[in-house]
Amino acid sequence: MRDRLPALVKDAALTALVAAALGLFIVGFKTRDAGQGLFFDYQLVDLAVAVATIFFGRLGLQLASLGLKWPSFALGAALGVIGAAPLELPSTFLHWFVVIAGVLIILRTIWPWANAALATARHSQRGRAFGQRGAKWFGAILLAAAVLMPFTSFADQKTMDLAVLILTYVMLGWGLNIVVGLAGLLDLGYVAFYAVGAYSYALLSTQYGLNFWMVLPLAGMFAAAFGLVLGFPVLRLRGDYLAIVTMGFGEIIRLVLLNWVDLSNGPAGIGGIPGPTLFGAVFAETAPAGKQTFAEMVGIPFTSNQRLIYLYYIILLLALVTNFFTQRVRRLPVGRAWEALREDETACKALGINPTNTKLTAFAVGAMFAGFAGSFFAAKQRFISPESFTFIESAIILSIVVLGGMGSQIGVVLAAVLLIGLPEWFRDLGAYRMIVFGLAMVLIMVFRPRGLIAHREPSVRLHPARAGP
Amino acid sequence: MAYFSQQLINAITLGAIYGLIAIGYTMVYGIIGMINFAHGEVFMIGAFISLIGFMICGTLGISSAPVAILLVLLMAMAFTAVYGWTIERTAYRPLRGSFKLAPLISAIGVSILLQNYVQLAQGARPKPAGSVIEGGYTLFSADGFDVRVAWLQIVIVVVTVVLMAGFSWIIAATPLGRQQRACEQDMKMAALLGVDVDRTISLTFVMGAALAAVAGMMFMMYYGVVDFFIGFLAGIKAFTAAVLGGIGSLPGAMLGGLLIGLIEVFWAGYFTSEYKDVAVFAILVLVLIFRPTGLLGKPEIEKV
Repeated sequence: MRDRLPALVKDAALTALVAAALGLFIVGFKTRDAGQGLFFDYQLVDLAVAVATIFFGRLGLQLASLGLKWPSFALGAALGVIGAAPLELPSTFLHWFVVIAGVLIILRTIWPWANAALATARHSQRGRAFGQRGAKWFGAILLAAAVLMPFTSFADQKTMDLAVLILTYVMLGWGLNIVVGLAGLLDLGYVAFYAVGAYSYALLSTQYGLNFWMVLPLAGMFAAAFGLVLGFPVLRLRGDYLAIVTMGFGEIIRLVLLNWVDLSNGPAGIGGIPGPTLFGAVFAETAPAGKQTFAEMVGIPFTSNQRLIYLYYIILLLALVTNFFTQRVRRLPVGRAWEALREDETACKALGINPTNTKLTAFAVGAMFAGFAGSFFAAKQRFISPESFTFIESAIILSIVVLGGMGSQIGVVLAAVLLIGLPEWFRDLGAYRMIVFGLAMVLIMVFRPRGLIAHREPSVRLHPARAGP
Repeated sequence: MAYFSQQLINAITLGAIYGLIAIGYTMVYGIIGMINFAHGEVFMIGAFISLIGFMICGTLGISSAPVAILLVLLMAMAFTAVYGWTIERTAYRPLRGSFKLAPLISAIGVSILLQNYVQLAQGARPKPAGSVIEGGYTLFSADGFDVRVAWLQIVIVVVTVVLMAGFSWIIAATPLGRQQRACEQDMKMAALLGVDVDRTISLTFVMGAALAAVAGMMFMMYYGVVDFFIGFLAGIKAFTAAVLGGIGSLPGAMLGGLLIGLIEVFWAGYFTSEYKDVAVFAILVLVLIFRPTGLLGKPEIEKV
């Protein structure tokens, strides 16, 4: 212990030094635009506190990883107390920073115990049986909860809004899962097809008066057609080139929507998009001439929640259709060809599978579901502009698929709740929200690179696992 | 003719900046085969550090422009290189040997993280930077139009050419460059022969980040404004440049940068400036379809 201490302190000091170098300019000198040129707001105290915290944090983590439980626990507790104490630090963020460092050290200290306990539980007779049964029932319970959710007391406006948003991302995730998870094609421009679907509905409904259910299949077809047109030339490329081309295509669509004012009304967007109807009944307090509201049709008093509940069921249905389609298509020759292509393209070619056509179907099918989701998005928002279809949206959908574990359907749900739900709940975090989002992406990749639910089992095996070769 | 010459001068300046960023992409791709998606953000950080560096020079009373530029250049390169090193060490190195998409996802995460970090620490509004070098030289007048080269443009092109020559020399003739090329060809074999692979990869990131910092500084001086979002578009364009030139090839990155600069400026000058980015992306798609290895890249043989 004694002889290790200098090395530990040196290591922590180096970490702190790197942190100081990173933060010196960007954090230490905040530039402020005061009308006549820029001025500095010096934040060197903030920087010093943060660097000191990083020093002790690194020291604590190293102590914990060496198995020195009590010193690291004491250090973690001390940091937690200092952070929570009413000191006069320049910002509340710093208080949080210190507290989080302390909590991390404590978690790292108790991690070996917790991990061992979990492993024992998982491998015990009861634990294993519970795990198997749990996996079987988990999906069904989740589905039942999703169907019943609007009638529980949780279903206030805020929660319903969030639920609709999460389900939209679940559907997009499931759609992209066909492209990325099954066929192994990295698509960074998925949002382009989402935009095609959204603008299809927006234009067809505001210009030609078509209703949601008429446009929905059309929007899917348009998006799929775009997928074919884009996919045909580029799907011969290798994986990472494909990623960049799809990203470029996503940007092209957005820029065209931004600049082709005659078609898309440019950055001002399209407003007044009608919401979806149920057998011709609209969801509003008063119906436009010649129509009736849902409340009148059923004969119940109007509440503003009805519209949200209806939207919720639409997106739930669409998402389930996506899921059902994926589950079924995995058992068809084309689905098996996708998975085979993902594993080994050269072998597929040798076996007579046409890689371009097979990839093209995956790409088009994925695009179609994005088109459905897009027209739902337009009907929900009633206003769309190119701002909704930026690259970051594609990145979020992709990270949902990857964090969930590529190819895992239930993983997508968990990841969508985690990535979309938590940040929405913690809106108060404001600007820190996206930092946490980026950090979470990196950390999950580092600690669980296969995603939350690792699943890359081929749907069929030549030799079933038990049978032996 | 005069208009054409003026556009050509502007295009070369812009192309130099893109080329500098593209080298970072191409070196990293060459050595570990990943798209360093966060490289655009490193460029943005470089731009911010140089903006703050110039302001510190102003506060300290360094009024001579060449001294200030040299100081800020070294400072920005050094401190941005720390970012490059840290990103590789924390976000990419643990993922080496993981599945193929993992580093790319991690890089997207780093990119989001850095953008929002700068937005939080420095504010979201664009920062106007005063001009450091003013004035220029009128080459000739024709059609009632002066063709001018700003001193700044000359500085940008000269610094770029010097740095590119320097880095080409490092890659071609120093032990470090030899190690980098060895890792690029066969990492395992290089490790067996005593090359410190981790160190070599770290240094590749450091070099890429330092060049991105220079590009950031040039960008900041050229456009006179920076914000936290400049890295995204510049990054994509520089990546396009790297692909256009043939990813993994250093001269290719420079050529690609120059071509992207030319396409962008001439498209904006002769057609419409709204669609200049579309033109760049369209070129990217066309190149990948008809010549997937880029202009100077070597064809890759897929092994079973």
